Amino acid sequence: MNTSALNPYILTLVTFLPLVGSLLLLIIPRRDRDIKGFALGISLITFVASLHLPVHLHRNLSGFQFEINKQWITTPHIQYHMGIDGISVWLVVLTTFLTPLCVLISWTSIHERVKEFFILLLILETALIGVFTSLDLFLFYFFWEATLIPMALLIGMYGHGRRVYAAVKYFLFTFIGSVFMLTAIIWLYSKTGSFDFVEIQNAIRGGHVENFAAAAQWLFLGFFIAFAVKVPLFPFHTWLPDAHVEAPTAGSVLLAGVLLKMGTYGLLRFNLGFFPEQARQNAWWIVTLALIGIIYGALVSLVQPNMKKLIAYSSVSHLGFVVLGIFSFTQAGVDGAVFVMLAHGIATGGLFMLAGILYERRHTYEISEFGGLATPMPKYAAYFLFVVLASVGLPLLNGFIGEFLVLSGAFQERPIYGILGTTGIIWSSGYLLWMYQRVFFGVVKHDVNNTLPDLNLREKAALLPAAAMALVMGIAPILWLSSIDPAVKSVVENIPQLAAKVVGQ
Amino acid sequence: MTTTLAHFLPSLLAQAQVYSLPTGEEYLRILPELILSVFGMIVMVVDPLLDDRSSHKSLGAIGLIGTLAALSSTWLMAQHPGTGFWNMVRVDGFSVFFHVLVIAISAVVILSSYEYMALQRIRAGEYYGLILLGTVGMCLMSSAIELVLIFIALEISSIATYILAGFRRREAASSESSLKYFLLGSFATAFFLYGVAMMFGATGSTNIDAIATALGSGTVAPLAYIAVALMFVGLGFKVSSAPFHVWAPDVYEGAPAPIVGLMSTGPKAAAFAVLLRVLFEINAPGRFWLIWISAALSMTLGNVGALVQDNIKRLLAYSSIAHAGYILVAFAAAPEIGTSAVMFYTAAYAAMNVGAFAVVSHFANAGEKYLTLEDYSGLGRRSPMLAATLTFFLMSLIGIPITGGFFGKFYIFSAALHSNLVWLTVIGLVNSAVGAYYYLRVIVMMYMREPRADVPVTPVPMATGLAIAICVLATLFLGVLPGQVLDYATQSAHALVPGVSASAKQGAAEFGH
Repeated sequence: MNTSALNPYILTLVTFLPLVGSLLLLIIPRRDRDIKGFALGISLITFVASLHLPVHLHRNLSGFQFEINKQWITTPHIQYHMGIDGISVWLVVLTTFLTPLCVLISWTSIHERVKEFFILLLILETALIGVFTSLDLFLFYFFWEATLIPMALLIGMYGHGRRVYAAVKYFLFTFIGSVFMLTAIIWLYSKTGSFDFVEIQNAIRGGHVENFAAAAQWLFLGFFIAFAVKVPLFPFHTWLPDAHVEAPTAGSVLLAGVLLKMGTYGLLRFNLGFFPEQARQNAWWIVTLALIGIIYGALVSLVQPNMKKLIAYSSVSHLGFVVLGIFSFTQAGVDGAVFVMLAHGIATGGLFMLAGILYERRHTYEISEFGGLATPMPKYAAYFLFVVLASVGLPLLNGFIGEFLVLSGAFQERPIYGILGTTGIIWSSGYLLWMYQRVFFGVVKHDVNNTLPDLNLREKAALLPAAAMALVMGIAPILWLSSIDPAVKSVVENIPQLAAKVVGQ
Repeated sequence: MTTTLAHFLPSLLAQAQVYSLPTGEEYLRILPELILSVFGMIVMVVDPLLDDRSSHKSLGAIGLIGTLAALSSTWLMAQHPGTGFWNMVRVDGFSVFFHVLVIAISAVVILSSYEYMALQRIRAGEYYGLILLGTVGMCLMSSAIELVLIFIALEISSIATYILAGFRRREAASSESSLKYFLLGSFATAFFLYGVAMMFGATGSTNIDAIATALGSGTVAPLAYIAVALMFVGLGFKVSSAPFHVWAPDVYEGAPAPIVGLMSTGPKAAAFAVLLRVLFEINAPGRFWLIWISAALSMTLGNVGALVQDNIKRLLAYSSIAHAGYILVAFAAAPEIGTSAVMFYTAAYAAMNVGAFAVVSHFANAGEKYLTLEDYSGLGRRSPMLAATLTFFLMSLIGIPITGGFFGKFYIFSAALHSNLVWLTVIGLVNSAVGAYYYLRVIVMMYMREPRADVPVTPVPMATGLAIAICVLATLFLGVLPGQVLDYATQSAHALVPGVSASAKQGAAEFGH
């Protein structure tokens, strides 16, 4: 079947399908079963529709594809401009892939205000996809802010003990960060008269922006702060453990799986795309922060008594790899960074789902409450081990490919970056495997754990796709890298003379 | 001084002989004011003929019809641009914009008062009459181009609001509110009047055009600087900008909730219209730092003050101080782009704030009992629609996209950045991040706390629902399709600032794209 006729509309369709679904949910009567089924159906349809993108993507073309560019608002000049390249296409698919899993994993754990939960989840999906598809800075900012509210409400309404504190902290951190980005966006608009990503990029490259030299460093920082909070880069990370620990499972999965990637995606798209020179000049301290994040995140993970907090801090560590890869400015490093974004989304998403499954049974995340779980829950233990190994970076699973590429890029840039970065991998096998040992091996210490039921069919249906994807990505990374590579090339190409200068010195 | 007076009287007498009677067209130019005055008086006359119980419904209906008639008459008024009444009023795109805005505000406030009046058991007669007559003053403020008439219009609108603030007669807080507002307000208008006198001394005229010409040619008398500062004090009080803001929280707390919705938007919009005339049209000398400091102070004090409030009316009072600060930022920018930004923001602010107060006054219930943030606990579960609309208005006040509030802030700060006011923009944006916290507290209360059974949730009657729906639609419209309103505002800004320099015009052209 030839579906390429859909090309101009597919991004609009994929972005707004979940929103349409959430509006329909508004009028559906409050019968929880129907609501869940409907949400699952909509998210699956969105996933299938989004598969159109990688199938029809021309992998060797640089620039944006599936573009749609229509007038939205005349004053100021705002276009409804969407398009994706080889990088963002996978982030879109990652979002649509994880959302149905989130619906499945929330099936029984959410029993109050079910309708609102799935409405918020679907709105969040639309906003997340929009962030990755927008090519108009205004539209981007709009979706960026739009992710904030549903996520904060998901944490605040459905989270655990200190949920309100976590929700407010999450909201304020991100909102304050993005205010700086807004200032930079408005500045760019006031000087170029456009919000269009490509137009602004061309104006900057052509040197047509008045006062740019003086302002560039500030603009770089404006964007950087917004993204660094979101990543989160050390020392802006303090909201993350709180948000993760208090969030409901689906919230954690999307938070770790996709929301954090908004930050790294932004760094790659905007900080490198608009300000290659400033990126180069500021790289030393950004890389330092990333390395601190890698090691600090790992060390803190090591001592966490709380399983979910452990996974949260491991995100700080893994996202440090992404930033390290991006700011190595090498083809391998940036390729790897994008791949880690995807791999981390799958693996950590899986870990949060697994932690959530345990929480549903025991209502605690304390590692000391468990031990010997492999006996009552053998299937669960097997899935858990598989995902842990993917996250640790075992060859043939997805974590390995990305981290290897990042580290080889870091070595090319400066050996010490690579050496320090590599310790992160060692730490990660430490904290994850140690946690695994304490939870699953040995004798059952607490009697309640003897009778825990193993995975049921629904939970398997949620876990199996994630595990399978981790395997496929590890065995055949070329499927992803063949489109990531050319897109990264067009970003890295912006920095050639500078790169030569630094390497040649 | 005696010489000034000696010049003034004969010249006035001489002018009076030259002027002829106003033509019919000139009456069309004040048609909305005429209609509102007539309906205001009809309300007063009909009031004694009705019994207490039914009066609020029928009087409200008369008031509503009056505002709707006035609203449609602005169309006729817009067809006849030009000056009238011996060069005292001028109808242009600018004044039509503010006419539509303030009359629409009054109409929505009347709608949202329906339920409130019945609940609080307040006699309705003067209430609706005063709203209409106050609106006359606000309308005149936007079309007057003669400082003395501006002063009279200011007084008409202020006196009506002083009385309205004290309408919850049984409550001490309301009387306190009214008296405080009256005393400080008269004090402030005296400043304005003093400024007018000084301006007359400096330029020999009280007509805006004549003053602009006088100030534009040759050296500016030192007196003119003092005059501008004094007028700014008077108007700064009316828009509750810091450091003239201290009255606002107490007055807002005591006044009837729908009236707070009115007085935080209507007279404020009109006062901003006057500020635009006084500061931009006459190209007031020495205004920059006055505005800069007042804007920075208002934003900061308003937002910081709101952080610690537990009463929603006080919280919104501090928020309105902060929003006055945001609007003032645009006054520090270049007139051409600043004007349209101010006009857009006043409209957006009116839509969201009147809406927020409509929700607050419905929820406050008899005797305005439920006003603390605690009372809003779990409202999201007990009354999902009401909570959702209030959340929407608060989002707009925060400045989240697809709401009018976002574009308002956006235009203000892009005007400021375009005029290279980087620091003021940074202060403003940091402030709007601080502001997010206290609006968020209300949302957190509504959605993340357990419901409280002791707070009654009553069904929303049709009039209140309609008022809220209008505000939601207006906020949404300004947030999704802001282009039309902004384009109109930009056009009328051209009319307001004709003598602006070529460079600023070019800047506006770039800005508008």
